[in-house]
Amino acid sequence: MTRVYILLMGALATVIFALMVLVILPKSMLSGVQPPAELKPLTAQELRGRQVYIENGCIYCHTQQVRDTNFTQDVAKGMGNRPSVPADYVYDQPHLLGTMRTGPDLFNVGSRLPDKKWHLLHLYQPRSLVPWSIMPAFPFLFEHKDTPAPDDVVIETGQAEAGAIIATEDAKALVAYLLALKHDYAMPNIQKEAADE
Amino acid sequence: MAVNPRQAEHAITKEAQASSAIDHSRIGLSVAETAAIDRSSRGPVLLCFFLSIIWLLVGTVFGDISSFKFDRPDLLTSQPYFTFGRLRPAHLNVMVYGWASTAMFGVSLWLMPRLCRVQLKIPAVAMAGIVLWTIGVAVGVWLLLDGVSDGLEWLEFDHRSADPLMAAGAALVGASVWKTLLNRQVSHLYVSIWYVASSYPWFLIIFTAGNLPVYQGVESAAVNWFFAHNALGLWLTTINLGLIYYLMPKIIGRPVYSYWLSLIGFWGLALFYALNGMHHLIGGPIPSWMIATSITASIMMIIPVVAVGINQHMTIVGRFGAMRYSPALTLLVLAAMSYTAVSLQGILTALVSVNRITHFTHWTIAHSHLGLYMFVTLSLFGGIYYILPRLLGREWPSRNLIRAHILLVGFGMVLYVVALGIGGVLQGLHLLDANSSFEASVNATKPWLLMRSVSAIIITLGHVLFAVHIAWLWLLRDKTGPEQSPFFYVRPILVKSPTKVPGR
Repeated sequence: MTRVYILLMGALATVIFALMVLVILPKSMLSGVQPPAELKPLTAQELRGRQVYIENGCIYCHTQQVRDTNFTQDVAKGMGNRPSVPADYVYDQPHLLGTMRTGPDLFNVGSRLPDKKWHLLHLYQPRSLVPWSIMPAFPFLFEHKDTPAPDDVVIETGQAEAGAIIATEDAKALVAYLLALKHDYAMPNIQKEAADE
Repeated sequence: MAVNPRQAEHAITKEAQASSAIDHSRIGLSVAETAAIDRSSRGPVLLCFFLSIIWLLVGTVFGDISSFKFDRPDLLTSQPYFTFGRLRPAHLNVMVYGWASTAMFGVSLWLMPRLCRVQLKIPAVAMAGIVLWTIGVAVGVWLLLDGVSDGLEWLEFDHRSADPLMAAGAALVGASVWKTLLNRQVSHLYVSIWYVASSYPWFLIIFTAGNLPVYQGVESAAVNWFFAHNALGLWLTTINLGLIYYLMPKIIGRPVYSYWLSLIGFWGLALFYALNGMHHLIGGPIPSWMIATSITASIMMIIPVVAVGINQHMTIVGRFGAMRYSPALTLLVLAAMSYTAVSLQGILTALVSVNRITHFTHWTIAHSHLGLYMFVTLSLFGGIYYILPRLLGREWPSRNLIRAHILLVGFGMVLYVVALGIGGVLQGLHLLDANSSFEASVNATKPWLLMRSVSAIIITLGHVLFAVHIAWLWLLRDKTGPEQSPFFYVRPILVKSPTKVPGR
């Protein structure tokens, strides 16, 4: 090659082609996806919890997707009653699909593990509930108080020590978000039709 | 410009230059001219290498702690900035944008003037770009550790502060690269120019597209992986292939095997790599035609990968012995082989039958380190070993340190990739078995994660030696240096005279 403009035009053409195929075209195609009636937008507290989830990088070990049943065991392993579809994620910004299952999938963690106390203690010290877990503990989401106020959420750590461990607003919000991760409704209609075709 | 005793000779070779579409080596540059060209890029290139080594050490510490946390999950949990979910993205971003990208700026700014046979244009602008970029990365890492993240892998840096600074920085460095190209004094564009020059518009387009906060739901995932895969394919890969294409023939004193294979390798990569990203979402909730497109493009990558692999292999075949005399060549050959290996592994991993096992496992981490370390980082180490003594005008002080560095990082990373690769497959088989518990998938990885931590320590030691050696070279006041050393002026002693190359 001896001409710079061929190089530049060629290089721009390939990347813009890919941009059209993988970004611009899907954006226009997916903009019409309607949320299923059962999927509720997150509350303010749950949104804050989602932010805590992002800040502390839960995404690096946990996915939020149930894959195609044709070649995975995701449904058989109890991650959900059906594969997840674009309509399930309409309110997500940014997406938290994840790429690692160092920890279990969380797409339906709210239905699988509905106990708020379990989650709080698990966040405070995962190994107190799951001895083989390699999840980090998040003690910084909790406070130590000598005398907890009546409306404080006290964590039953089982350790005999003075005072009490109480959940911060962040911890409570994160648990609220985890409990809101419930996608156990039937596959949304539009998607079902597309899948049947 | 310095008086050039070979000026007349060069005037004659203008014709040779015009017909030099294939044999680029017919353009001869005098030592004085080369020295003048290197001097023009000296400041920005040295700044890049200095900053990149600091980032390398910082990123190594982040990576090490992240790794140790798998073995000791209660290590350093009391502070939020030490939590795994912040250190891991900090490691990735520091390594990609701090270490690799900054070093690649240096490589580009050094290569372009040499290949265009002209002094670096607007070096001050390039310098400003490097500074802006570095501030952007520093702000991004700081905020990330403080809990400010965009939440997208590879795009965690804050899109309000860090990302605009980085985009501006890359644009300024790119402006210097392109201005140099537009002022070139050669007719034919050598293959390295295609790769290096194209990388800048590519990076700016994908980085901007990836960081726009306008995507909702699964589009956000599509754009995320469009960017993340292309950051590797159209940025990290391309500049390093450009570096290998320049230095490998240069060190052994033999032209690139085939011009046409170079063309296929470049345009094939540009066309297919850009479409690969959705293979990170196989089985996921995005339209299946997008995933199918990416799987197809991933398989098509075999064309450019094999073309580049054959081209580089045929360039060096029979001259592997020269690796004993040049650490740069050793590292570049390892990097080139790793490029072929990681690309073939990537194609394999994009196949649904393999992906159903390896998706969501540590196999992916092993794969990305084969690419980002064995290919990108070793190539940049090779580049630094070659470039730095020429800019500083003195030789590396210790051969033993070079040997120790290469052996430590080489063996350390092989151990890393093999251990995590095995651990990942075992993990994946458990995840795919409906009768196996999740506990089994976690326990299966534990010994391999421990082995990864061992390899992390070995690699860290290599990085420390490398940094010590660079500091030693930097502080060395003896400008004369052991010029007979085989590392600085590599005499192609195993190579026949260029005029006797068969078939020419």
